[in-house]
Order: sequence, then C-alpha cells, then structure tokens
Amino acid sequence: MSLTSILLILLGIALLGSFYAKSHVLKMAGSQVTAMHSLPNHHFAYTFLVTLLPSAIVAIIWSLSEQTVIMNLVVGTFPENIQALPADLMSLTMTKFQNFLNGVVFGEPDPWMVASGEAYVSMVSNSRWGATLVSLILAGLGVYWAVSRIEPQFRARNRVETIIKGFLIVCSIVAILTTIGIVVSVLFESIRFFREISIFEFLFGTHWSPMIAMREDQAGSSGSFGAIPLFTGTLLISAIAMSVAIPVGLMSAIYLSEYANQKARSVLKPLLEILAGIPTVVYGFFAALTVAPFLAQNGASLGLDVSTESALAAGIVMGIMIIPFISSLSDDVINSVPQSLRDAAYGLGATRSETIRQVILPAALPGIVGAVLLAVSRAIGETMIVVMAAGVAARLTANPLESVTTVTVQIVKLLIGDQEFDSPKTMAAFALGLTLLVITLCLNIYALHVVRKYREQYD
Amino acid sequence: MNTHASAASATEVVQQGLDKRYSAESRFKIYGILGISIAMVFLFILMFSILSTGIPAFSKSKILLPFYMDPEVINVEDLADPAAARKINLRKIVNDSKAAFFGATERADKRQLEEVVSTLAQLEVLEHIRANPEDVGQTVELWVTADDEAGRWYKGEVDETLPENRRPLNDQQIEWLKRLTAEERVKTTFNDTFFQGGDSRNPEQAGILAALKGSFLTLIVTLGLSFPVGVAAAVYLEEFAPKNRFTDLVEVNINNLAAVPSIIFGLLGLAVFLNIFGMPRSAPVVGGLVLTLMTLPTIIISSRAALRAVPPSIKDAALGLGASPMQTVFHHVVPLALPGMLTGTIIGLAQALGETAPLLMIGMVAFIVDVPQGFTDASSVLPVQIYLWSDSAERAFVEKTSGGIIVLLMFLIAMNAMAVLLRKKFERRW
Repeated sequence: MSLTSILLILLGIALLGSFYAKSHVLKMAGSQVTAMHSLPNHHFAYTFLVTLLPSAIVAIIWSLSEQTVIMNLVVGTFPENIQALPADLMSLTMTKFQNFLNGVVFGEPDPWMVASGEAYVSMVSNSRWGATLVSLILAGLGVYWAVSRIEPQFRARNRVETIIKGFLIVCSIVAILTTIGIVVSVLFESIRFFREISIFEFLFGTHWSPMIAMREDQAGSSGSFGAIPLFTGTLLISAIAMSVAIPVGLMSAIYLSEYANQKARSVLKPLLEILAGIPTVVYGFFAALTVAPFLAQNGASLGLDVSTESALAAGIVMGIMIIPFISSLSDDVINSVPQSLRDAAYGLGATRSETIRQVILPAALPGIVGAVLLAVSRAIGETMIVVMAAGVAARLTANPLESVTTVTVQIVKLLIGDQEFDSPKTMAAFALGLTLLVITLCLNIYALHVVRKYREQYD
Repeated sequence: MNTHASAASATEVVQQGLDKRYSAESRFKIYGILGISIAMVFLFILMFSILSTGIPAFSKSKILLPFYMDPEVINVEDLADPAAARKINLRKIVNDSKAAFFGATERADKRQLEEVVSTLAQLEVLEHIRANPEDVGQTVELWVTADDEAGRWYKGEVDETLPENRRPLNDQQIEWLKRLTAEERVKTTFNDTFFQGGDSRNPEQAGILAALKGSFLTLIVTLGLSFPVGVAAAVYLEEFAPKNRFTDLVEVNINNLAAVPSIIFGLLGLAVFLNIFGMPRSAPVVGGLVLTLMTLPTIIISSRAALRAVPPSIKDAALGLGASPMQTVFHHVVPLALPGMLTGTIIGLAQALGETAPLLMIGMVAFIVDVPQGFTDASSVLPVQIYLWSDSAERAFVEKTSGGIIVLLMFLIAMNAMAVLLRKKFERRW
C-alpha cells in the first residue's frame, strides 16, 4: 500500500476511535459531565492524537528509509564476484541495476540481475506489507490504550495540551534547524573544496577561472580559484549601490518624517514601498534592458568606453532597489528620537535643518548606521540584478564602467545546469556561499545589535 | 551713543547670519524633496519601461491566407483519431499554400516565408480541418498566427531604416507583409497563446501558463507549510516560552535568518533536499520547501507582532474565568491576532512569489514546455520564466519578458491589496 493510503486508513481509524472514546465518556458521565476532569472533546482529542501520531510517524519514517535499507539488502543477493568489484565499478553496476529496475534494459539482462531484481520486488512488497501491518497495530493499540484509560479523574486535557505544546516547540526549533542546515551544508562542501584547493589560494588568489578539464592530460586542466576579483567586483557594485541609496534614501526619510505633511506622507510612503515590493528579477531586467544601454550610449557620446555589462548599471539599479530599505529603516529610527530633543533645539532658536543636522541625526546615528549595514549586507547578497546585468568574466578593476563579476553571479553560473556534485566547480560554489554567509552574518549580527541597543536607549 | 551703535551692529550681524541660516534651511529642504523625487522618478521610469515594452505582448498579429487542403496529404479517416491526425503532413500543406499565395518558387524564397507565417499555423490548420472535415479538397481562407518577426513589424517595432543585412526582415519579406496589409489580410487580436501552454523556442508560441501553474503549486506548498509552522512558532515564542538562553537563541536566529541572502537558501535546498534526501529536481515541492524556510522568519516576526497587539486584559479575563493557558491562547488570543497573522503570511507569500535566486539553485531553470500536473513534475515559476526569456536572443522575447513581468506584478499587486484590505477590515485599535 502506498504511504498516502496508509495515512488515510490511519486517519480513519483515529477518527473512529475518537468518536468511540467520546461516546464512551458521555455514557460514563451520564447527566453529570462536570464530574469528569476533562471535557468529552478533550478525550476525543487525546484518543485521536495517541492513535494517529505514533502510527503515522512510524509509517512515514518506514517509507522514507525503505529504499536505502532494501538497496543494501539487495546488494547482499548479488553473486560474490560482483560484490567483490572495486568501488567505482560497483557504482556503475548499481546504476545499471537501478536502470534495470526502472525497466531500462539494453539487450539481454544478466541472469543474476533478474534474480536480484526479483528479490528486490519481493522485498519491496514485503516491506509495504510490514509498514501497513505495523502502523495498523500501533493505531489499534493507541485506540485501546486511550479508551481503556477513560475515567472521571483522567486528565485528558492536560495531556492534549502537553502534546500541543510539544508541537509548538518543534515548530519554533525549525528556525534553528534551518540555520544548522545552512551552516552544515555549506561548510561540509567547503571543507571538501579546501582539501583540494588551499584556503589561502582561494581567499587571496587574484585569478578566477573555475574551469576544470574533463581529463587530466588536457591543456590548462587546473582551474584557478582565486576569489579576490569576485570580492572586489562585489564591493565595487555594492559601493555604487550604496552611493545611490544612502543619500536618496536618507534624504527621503528626513523629508518624510520631518517636513512632509500628513497628506504627502500618506501618498509618498506607499509609493516608496512599491519599490520595495518589486521582485529583483524585474530590477535585473530593467538594468539590462534600459539602464545599461542608456549608459553605454551616453558614455559613447561622451567619448567613454562603457561596457554593456558595466558595474555602474547593475550598481545604480541595485541602489534603487535598496532606497526603500534605507528610507523605511531610517524613518523608524528618526521617528523614535524623542520629541523633547526637537523641542529643546527649537526653543534655543535653531531652524528645522539645524535641528535635524545637529540634534536629530547625531542622536539617530547609531540606528542609521545599523540600517546602512543591513542594506550593505543586502547588496552583497543580492543575486538576480547582478546575474542579469553584471558580467561573468572575473576582472580585477576599480573602473565602474567595465564589467565585473560578483560572488553571487559565480555561485549561480557554477550551479546552473548539469553538474556533478563532486567536481571542484560545484564545491567552489559552496565555498563562495560560505564566504557570503560569513560576511553577511557578521554584518547582520553587528547591525541588529546596534539597532537593538539604540532602541533600548530611548525606550 | 556708543552702546546704541554696537547694538545696531549686533542686530545687523544676527540679521546677516539669519539670512544665511534661512537659505541653508531652504537648501536642506530642497535636498529632501530632491531625494524623494529621485526615488519617484526611478519608480516612474521603471514602470514606464516595463509597461511600454510589455503591453504589445498581449496582442498578436494574425494573417488571412488561403490554404489548399490537399486530399492526397490529408486522409479524411485520420481526422477522427487524434493520434493519426498528428501524423498528417501539415507542414507540406502550410508550406505549399503560402508559397502559392506569395508566388515563391525558389527554395530561398520559401525559406524566407518562415519569417512571415508561424509554425503555429500547422496547428491552426489542423484544428480547422478536424472541425470541418468536409473542407478537404477545398481551398479555405484561414486566419493564422504571424511569425514573431512579422508580428514585430506589424507592431512597428522593426527599424526599416537599418541596412538590410542588419534587419531581421529583408526587403522581400517586408514587401510581402506590406502586400498583406494592402489586401486587408492582417488583424491584431488578443494574444491567447501567451496564456496557454509553456515555454517555446519560438517567441510567438511561448506561453506563460506552465510557469503560472508552477508558481501556483509552489506557493500552495509554501502556504501549507509556512503558515501553520510560522504561527505555531510565533505562538510558542510569544505566549509560552520562558525567558532563557534557549529562547534568546531562537529569537536571534530568526532575526538573522530574515537577513540571510536568499541564494544561500538555494544552496541549502540543493545540498539537503536534492542531494541528501534525493528529491526530484525542478519540482514545485522542493521549491515550496525552500521558499517555506525563506518566508518563515517573515511570518514568525509579523505573527508575533500581531499576538503582542492583543491586549493583556483579554488574556487576564480568560484566565480569571478558569481557562487553561492553552485554552486562553487558542480560544481568545489567536483568533484576535489571526487577521494580523494572515496579513503577514500574504506579504511573505508575495515575497516568495517574486523570488528567483534560490529556485535557480534547485534546477527550476529547466526548459518547461508542458504545464505541470502535480507537485513532483518538473516545472518553472513566473520569475524564473522571466529570467529565462530575458536571456533569450530573439528580440521578440523582450516583449514576452515584459509581458511576463506585467503578469507577475498584477499578482503581486493583487496579493498586497488583499493584505491591505484584510488589515483595514479586521484591524482593531484597542
């Protein structure tokens, strides 16, 4: 039986058992429901959970691990000369066997394959039966256990609540599991990468061309993985983005929070938020279709040689994307500066701009710095704009008119399309991912710390 | 006398300083206005460039051509059976008919006709002849789809001033197109092909339905997982968690996850879901899982804010009447916080809908022609489809890309409008 049908049957059993338990409770209580510790519905829920949870968990784990276990067992049925094959030939044979199981056969299959195939089929059907049987027995035991415990003093509600609380805790642990998953998956591949290419070469090398030849004797077979050009490219584009986003975003925030009247605010703020809601792929297309050709044409008429994949185009558009981010964060920060500071400054005869520049901005500075750092981390991690508008060739340059590449672009280029999971190319992408993760994480932790500390100061 | 003079000069000094300060004031205000106007101008240019290139994607040119339904090629009995009908040599019918109409006898001329009539014409002819089998042996006038380059010419997007070898259409082809216009054999209709079917190498046949369906399936998975898990986590952290190092850790974790670059989540999906768990590549279920992990922090943070907004008096009243903490939370606090939680979820889903980078990592960049039928079928999603089209060489894909973006933005606007409505309708000030 398939997992879905097993689960449906279990659900049915759990519902039937719960209804039985409820009617049992009602019978036992008679006219005095209040004599029971828990309401009939709590007994219903208790029976349901006790029946469904263990059996469903067993069924799911069984189905997930089934394939691996059976495959290991089937290898045991292979003839001895095949089991004695070296590892690489063995994996080839396994692939052949897998194909055979999937019905892809070239010519006449070997007799041992047919025999093991039959063994496989019977094992799968046995396993399915086993899963069905075990989970059904567990479900039955669950119903029996729950119903047998029904009595007026039984604290069904407390038990149900404990189970629900357990579920809530598990859900909040998902966030931690995600972080662990990210760190482990990126770290694991990176360590394997650094075993082949030294970490110093990766971090300080200035030549990036991640092409690995198929055969060892091919010319230029060793790719080089010096990531400095990627780091400088990322920095260049982020710097351009920030030099657009910081002045525009900050001035917008100041205008909105200090000068604009209620009416202007209610129109302008949502418009700024539209900029924040536009998907990055749209910005990328805008950069490639409109901004880059515009810059290239105007550059040519000024006698400048502007590449069609210039860092400038990607940077400007990334800056536009970040404007609302900076302006909304700074807006919050400026608004949380206490009114008394403003009143004091006005009372001393300062003009509005003097108040802003000499009182509010210094007071809000830590918060604004935090916002800018968060924005920088965003710019570094931004992918689609640079994939679509920046170049692929790693070039070590500070000229914004030339094309540069970034860490995220290289991750995408290395991982798109067919890849083998063991090649240094793929692992290099994970090493880049690790670098990206470490940098953005440091920026985020520091920025969040600054913002939080700042908030506490005036709360 | 002396004091009077110095007083006058002091006022003068202050006066002079005041002028300077006032002009500094107005300059500063202008910077502010400049900042906000630059942002608005960017928004306007962005929208304008997308709309102006994308609107033509919703219309297409059709041309009226006579087709001779050659009885030697079309076997009437084959028409009833779809499998046999597919084997009819429609290419010959279309090619012969258009060659006859335009008087193209040379091989090179016939080749040039491929830029005029789309290969979609074969399907359109088949459709017609299956509906009207009695037309076999007749010559029928049919509206068929023009090729992408011809379509661009009719929309006025081909620059005729360019030298012939740098233009997608040569003089001969433009001559033919002009003849069709003169004989009133051209019309512009709504581009229904764009909303049917999947990707194609031919721009005039490329559709967005497969990507839309893929996005829909992916979002269903995301919604189904992220809403319950996010709400449960928020309820625990806000209502039950003791204040200790562990919950602090969870909290810091969630805030950091919200700022982790999305591409890293793609790496996680590739390493864990594809390579360790062996889930299918390009499948909506994997995309949904990755996007769930990505939107979870957003949902948790906004759900916690919604829970915090419920006044403690409600809780106190329920507890005072003897409800257990669990009953208090699930019977009173959560229902009151639900609109806020839903708003946060919709906004999180809108982000997920526009997300591209992590989905590239798990192979959702495949070339998908068929509309996906289930959660494990290979599929694409809207933003990835847009990325793929933007990468294509044919000029006509530019308008498809913008058209796709317009569709995507429509959905985003609809989702955000829903969130705003929900907030307006159910938001309560206590």
